Amino acid sequence: MMAAEIPRYLRYGYITPEELEKYIGELPGEERLRKRSVAIPECPQEIPCTPCKEICPVDAVSMPTPNDLPVVDYDKCVGCSLCVQICPGLAFFMMHYVGDRARITLPHELLPLPEKGEEVVLLNRVGEEVGRGRVILVIPREKSKGDTPILTVEVPIELAWDVRAVRVVRE
Amino acid sequence: MRLNEHPILDFSLRRGREVTIYFEGKPVKAHEGETISMALHAAGIRVLSHSSEKHRPRGLFCAIGKCSSCLVKVNGIPNVRSCITLVEDGMRVEMQKGKEELPKTAKPPEWKDAPKFEGDVVIIGGGPAGLMAAINAADAGARVILIDEQPMLGGQLVKQTHKFFGKREQFAGVRGIKIAEILEEEARKRENIQIFLETSAVGVFQEGDEKLVIAVRKNRELLEFRGKSLVVATGAMEKMIPFENNDLPGIYGAGAIQTLMNTYGVKPGDRVLIVGAGNVGLILAYQLIQAGVEVKAIVEAMPKVGGYFVHAAKVRRLGVPILTRHTILRAEGRERVERAVVAQLDENWRPIPGTERVFDVDVIALAVGLRPSVELLHQAGCQLLYIRELGGHVVRRDERLETTISGIFVAGDTAGIEEATTAMLEGKVAGIAAALKAGVASPDWLKEIEKAQRDLEEFRSGPFGRHVLEGIKKVMIGGSE
Repeated sequence: MMAAEIPRYLRYGYITPEELEKYIGELPGEERLRKRSVAIPECPQEIPCTPCKEICPVDAVSMPTPNDLPVVDYDKCVGCSLCVQICPGLAFFMMHYVGDRARITLPHELLPLPEKGEEVVLLNRVGEEVGRGRVILVIPREKSKGDTPILTVEVPIELAWDVRAVRVVRE
Repeated sequence: MRLNEHPILDFSLRRGREVTIYFEGKPVKAHEGETISMALHAAGIRVLSHSSEKHRPRGLFCAIGKCSSCLVKVNGIPNVRSCITLVEDGMRVEMQKGKEELPKTAKPPEWKDAPKFEGDVVIIGGGPAGLMAAINAADAGARVILIDEQPMLGGQLVKQTHKFFGKREQFAGVRGIKIAEILEEEARKRENIQIFLETSAVGVFQEGDEKLVIAVRKNRELLEFRGKSLVVATGAMEKMIPFENNDLPGIYGAGAIQTLMNTYGVKPGDRVLIVGAGNVGLILAYQLIQAGVEVKAIVEAMPKVGGYFVHAAKVRRLGVPILTRHTILRAEGRERVERAVVAQLDENWRPIPGTERVFDVDVIALAVGLRPSVELLHQAGCQLLYIRELGGHVVRRDERLETTISGIFVAGDTAGIEEATTAMLEGKVAGIAAALKAGVASPDWLKEIEKAQRDLEEFRSGPFGRHVLEGIKKVMIGGSE
């Protein structure tokens, strides 16, 4: 295969929002992000996998065959987070703009699980520390519908499209 | 070096009573239910044997009984695979030095003593393919014998802590460890499935109308199994790549590291370099982080991530670099890995001088692919072909997975390296087909075969599956090629 044919995300192992749009279509805009939480799949590659579509209670995930990409109808999405809980690739996130903060919902399968109200280190898609945020919701593994703990962290709005993981730092 | 806290696994439920074994005369604490090499590793012992010619130190490599890198002497008997032999209180383990002879007092099992077991379908291998074959063959009406050389059922599922892909009816969204539990429970509750663990099949023969499988239980007891048909689902083994010092203890197949930390709760090391950014290498990196082990980097000779992107993204956002177009040049260290030297590759796969980087690691994980374990099928006389897309030598077979020898079926990674999801579907096809062949299943079961075949087709319809399909086309009996 020629190097030019290789998508950027496969050369580096992470994807930028701009590149993601080329695969799953336009991402939700500010107006939608302010309305309520919305699910965004960072899943640009055709792999045989359907749990997000199967679990969605409002049929907002379109995927004609199991190898097609999940495309979320952002208007239909009610922000229930079931797709974030179930996704085997841990590739679903939710975003919600509230004032000058953004609430990011993400999977967290590491120890320790932060507590509600705890301040955590924010990591971007390449694991760099980009700031600090506060955890406002934790769904532990035993309450998760997908066997994966998830949490919602409030971050400065300018970091909304960067933060995709957190690190818990305890003295 | 035992793991206690883990986000997914609870080892306190798994560890048995504490016992003592002796390694080179010194006492080592172990737990019932774990294998010799796991207990030794937990005690910091990595050198298990020395090679026969140059007396180089050797340790674990595959940890599933396939590679013979971990052979030790147990109570005076050499050539014991320490990775699949369970500890027993008071066991005396010694390092093996090259090829060692049986002690004069050792008495081999006598042929006429072999206990005999008979069924309709014999299945070798209790992983996802073998378990599904057993469950489906049993439901189709067959008396099933299921044998596996591991001390537990589940094959490689028992160390897969990640959630599976696919459709939810195929266990998507469920962790491999949980799938292993579900399948084991299903197999054990069927009275027409007889299960033999710690039992290695060593030969497959035709005797009249029957398949005869010769096996050895717990390294010492000869057993004979007979059935009208046979399913071979013996899985795969890890590939090795050439580089300087690639036999140093601490260089493990990726699966061996999963066995250490996910099956037995033993920390494989503190700092790891992974070679290979396919799914196995990427998943391993994530699991290491979950076990609290630092992953320094993943190197990949190809110019891109070979596994699923989502697995790469999971470890990238936790700070693990993936160095594409890089390879390992050598390992350094005396009796164990102390450093790894990697370098960038040019367009012609040659290391670029001046790009060498040194990583201080105590473990190097090789995730450079798997090859099907076809030895028994080869010995039985099934036709083999080398098919790159399927990972190496595989057997020719038809759409119901029957090989060129009537009544011998294949399923799972033995049929070609793929995924546990496809292994389960293939197991279903082969199990039912074997029951039909044995003459015990009603033709209604053909519908179930067809359903599994459609599911396989659907699963393989993407870019990853198409690659596998190319390979399958080449080995299919009566296929287009």
